[in-house]
Amino acid sequence: MEQLQQILDQALKQFAAISDEAELEQVKAKYLGREGSLTVLLKGLGKLSAEERPAAGARINQVKQGIEAALQQRRDALQQNKLAQQLAAESLDVTLPGRGLSTGGLHPVTHTLERIEQLFHSLGFATASGPEIERDFYNFTALNIPENHPARAMHDTFYIDPQHVLRTHTSPVQVHYMETHQPPLKIISPGRVYRVDSDATHSPMFHQVEGLWVDEEVSFANLKGVVQDFLQCFFEQDDLQVRFRPSFFPFTEPSAEIDMSWNGGWLEIGGCGMVHPNVLKHVNIDSEKYLGFAFGLGVERLAMLRYGVNDLRLFYESDLRFLKQFN
Amino acid sequence: MKFSENWLRTWVNPDLSSEALAHALTMAGLEVEALEPVAPAFNNVVVAEVLEVVKHPNAERLNVCQVNVGEARPLTIVCGAANVAVGVKVPCARIGAVLPGDFVIKQAKVRNVESFGMLCSDKELGLAEESQGPSTELRTGLWLLPNDAPVGKNLREYLELNDKLFTLKLTPNRSDCSGMVGVAREVAALTGSALKPLDIQTQPVTLSEQLPVKVSDTQACPLYCGRLVRGVNATAITPAWMLRRLERSGLRGINAVVDITNYVMLEMGQPMHAFDVAKLSGGITVRKARRGESLTLLNEQTVVLDEEILVIADDARVLAMAGIMGGQGSGVETTTQDVFLESAFFHPDAIAGKARRFGLATDSSFRFERGVDFAATRQALERATQLLLEICGGNAGAISEVRGQLPARVAIALRRSRIARVLGIALDNNQIATLLKRLQFDFVANGDDYRVSPPSFRFDLSIEADLIEELARLYGYDNIPAQVPQSAMTMLPYSELQRPLACIQQTLVARDYQEIVSYAFVEQQVERELCGNDDPVALQNPIASNLAVMRSSLIGGLVGALRFNLNRKQERVRLFEAGACFAKADNEYIQSQRLSGLAYGETQPEQWGAATRPVDFYDVKADVEALFAPQSLRFVAAAHPALHPGRSAQIFCGEQVVGWIGELHPHWQQQYDMAQACVWFEVELGALTLAKVPHMSEIAKFLPVRRDLAVVVDEGITVQTLLDAMQHVSAPYVAEVALFDVYRGKGVEQGKKSLAFRVLLQDTHKTLTDSEIEPSIAQLVAVLQKHGAQLRM
Repeated sequence: MEQLQQILDQALKQFAAISDEAELEQVKAKYLGREGSLTVLLKGLGKLSAEERPAAGARINQVKQGIEAALQQRRDALQQNKLAQQLAAESLDVTLPGRGLSTGGLHPVTHTLERIEQLFHSLGFATASGPEIERDFYNFTALNIPENHPARAMHDTFYIDPQHVLRTHTSPVQVHYMETHQPPLKIISPGRVYRVDSDATHSPMFHQVEGLWVDEEVSFANLKGVVQDFLQCFFEQDDLQVRFRPSFFPFTEPSAEIDMSWNGGWLEIGGCGMVHPNVLKHVNIDSEKYLGFAFGLGVERLAMLRYGVNDLRLFYESDLRFLKQFN
Repeated sequence: MKFSENWLRTWVNPDLSSEALAHALTMAGLEVEALEPVAPAFNNVVVAEVLEVVKHPNAERLNVCQVNVGEARPLTIVCGAANVAVGVKVPCARIGAVLPGDFVIKQAKVRNVESFGMLCSDKELGLAEESQGPSTELRTGLWLLPNDAPVGKNLREYLELNDKLFTLKLTPNRSDCSGMVGVAREVAALTGSALKPLDIQTQPVTLSEQLPVKVSDTQACPLYCGRLVRGVNATAITPAWMLRRLERSGLRGINAVVDITNYVMLEMGQPMHAFDVAKLSGGITVRKARRGESLTLLNEQTVVLDEEILVIADDARVLAMAGIMGGQGSGVETTTQDVFLESAFFHPDAIAGKARRFGLATDSSFRFERGVDFAATRQALERATQLLLEICGGNAGAISEVRGQLPARVAIALRRSRIARVLGIALDNNQIATLLKRLQFDFVANGDDYRVSPPSFRFDLSIEADLIEELARLYGYDNIPAQVPQSAMTMLPYSELQRPLACIQQTLVARDYQEIVSYAFVEQQVERELCGNDDPVALQNPIASNLAVMRSSLIGGLVGALRFNLNRKQERVRLFEAGACFAKADNEYIQSQRLSGLAYGETQPEQWGAATRPVDFYDVKADVEALFAPQSLRFVAAAHPALHPGRSAQIFCGEQVVGWIGELHPHWQQQYDMAQACVWFEVELGALTLAKVPHMSEIAKFLPVRRDLAVVVDEGITVQTLLDAMQHVSAPYVAEVALFDVYRGKGVEQGKKSLAFRVLLQDTHKTLTDSEIEPSIAQLVAVLQKHGAQLRM
């Protein structure tokens, strides 16, 4: 009996002192192995009498279970220890930068165009496009600007040949679209346009967005409503002041310049008006039955105001130090 | 159109400040571009006469002057100007005066002499950038006033400096406002103020002579009025008030006769011309030029004319381009004694575009091509005669007038219902009538219908919409409410067969490309060198020689942008652009939308955790493949003028060539000073935006079996050749063959390469056994061997 208790105490003491798993298994053999002290005792049971045997066997087994439990406990502890060490060793500097590619970005004019398209799409405007080398006819004549009309001088046109120009505005898309579609129709047409002009506020190439809505009942009041709504949404300013000022475009009548309030003054942001009956006549739309309004907005101007860009030329210099600011 | 506010207010004087008046004009469509004072603020400056000039006792360059400022005692003023002299009249700033720049004039001792004011130059008064008087670096010359300047008079009053300049940005439809009469009429209509009529009296005819006038093209010149005035004094001085108004409209004084014709043009909008009768031979003819006739214009430009150009001629020669510019040798000079005054109406169609053809833009052509009030043509001649007789004297003959068919002013129907439909507001008949009257339009009303006759001074009113604009303008655009339209709601089509450009752009953005926008015009040299394009689409009137032709590829803009950024110390540049490219084809132009990009520098930004290496062909190839996924592409080696001949390929999508990819040719790399090569691609956007609606197919129930095949082949054999060959044999169960390794070096003979392919085999009904697989693999090996491949064990 005493011997058993001694074995148990000794085993528990020894296990507790071991910090290595392999060593633990070796020490285990000392007690439970083939030659282990408990095994020897169990083997010795056969020498006992039949009466003594069960009690002695039970005591030995009790001790054996005690040793096994202690062993398992120690194993778990050692394993946990090992894991803890491993985790400690594996810890990272999570502040090191991530690995791999960076990302690029879109041009601010593209950002602006996407915003414009999304806002107008929400009102049901489809997007249409047209050629940049345009026939004189579509750029001018079909828009009620006959040859020699003084309005042609307003346009500072790039000529390719006597019949072809670089389009000076996106308005020709109106004509192309109306030639192939019947009212009611509702489109915007974003794109590049060209004028012979170059300084801090003029670029020989820039972007416009044209809008056109032709239906049985659309009025100048509606035009004001749509344009004002757009500008307020685009700039996310519900109280943005928008002003319509009488002007002249050969393809609209009445015509208006669109001004918006900015820094205490007014800024011209585009032109608009009711589609001129002659333009509708060119595309065989009955101007008695249908009315339409059209507007053209300067995309760079919108981008400059929205993003605080102070020089138009920055858009075309492709300077990464500028472009990356919009990523 | 630029004019003095004071002048305008002699016609119509609404109770509005200058700013409010400018705002009213702007909001009526006559945009006031600029409103500026004639003179900056200053006060206490009077006209003074220098009575005595004595050298300053203590200063070489100064004078002590006695100056009469209209008071009992002259003032002592020390003056440093070189042109001070006894008897000159000059501006004098009195003590207490404040000059521009808040410069206060005080009594001061100048080298021990008390000075009681300052004699001024026009520069010091802020009226000129540089003094008109003789100046040196140290001393500005005094502004010498006319001899008749009233001594003691406040300079601002004397010169009418309390005036403002209005500059109108006239739209082409409003030629009626290119004369003061028209602006005044507009102001009266807008404000309701009374309009003072211009008092034009028919001048007495005191000369029986008339010059014969013939108009051979009365369509181009439906009205011609001319008159002879003999015995004029062309050396007469133009009155100060007239000169002031001319100058404030931006015109210089020339001589009294020319100034009068210019004045009447500004006043009434009717351009006029005066000929020196002594230089004419015979009568006046208005006719089309004969081809080849030439004329030296007043601006010394010699033009060769043709039948499209209307001219004024005498019996011997062409005198002037009608309505555009007079010629040399027939104009009025100071020696002129007899004058022929011309006031005509040339039809806009006869003048429009003609001045521009010769690179001209004159005050006269500006007005005639937009339309001049033909009802005032004869009146203007009377007005000019009146002024001429007053200022230069002489005797006027009777007016010779030739009249053809003047533009018709057909009555236009105007419906109240249409006004409501177009504008979205309901005007009542009372409002409509009131607005029409204020516009001086004659009309007849019949219930809700009107017939409106446009006045002679308006050339922009021919249809109902024109009248509606006039009503809206006067009613005030501001007074029309902004109303969101009500209409039937329909959804926009959104096809899945079209990939939006935005998605494609995002793919490149995610792969670290930065979008640029470059000019669509490039230098011709760029087209020739980088695109091999000797016949680009050229501009007739480029803005600069480096922007002279339209790009046929986006490469020029991208390479330019790369160089721009390399010059600014950027080391890794990855750019893309989407845009149109242009080419010629049978009198037409092909315009294709393309997407193009280039990558330069390391594959990844410099970082701690990854070894970097320069970007190469295969990096960019992966980007292009990602753009087109799930469509698969083929790359076929081909030569391109911009690219390295051994590192460039045409890109095929199916049978169609959709673009190019390659490394920039070392020659250009060197020429453009690039330390490394850059890899460029360009693809047709049309091919990229095509998409298919995906359709699911069953997922195989049995797992595929993988076999690897390693072969050694000649360097010259492309991987694609072997892949194509293996695909072509259609070996059973082969679901995929892909390259996974390329090896050169130890163990592989020089001039050869080792390739390793992964073969996946699959059956839909069962798991494959080795015996089923072997024949397929043998087939693949056989076809590889046909291409000289040796199997590697």
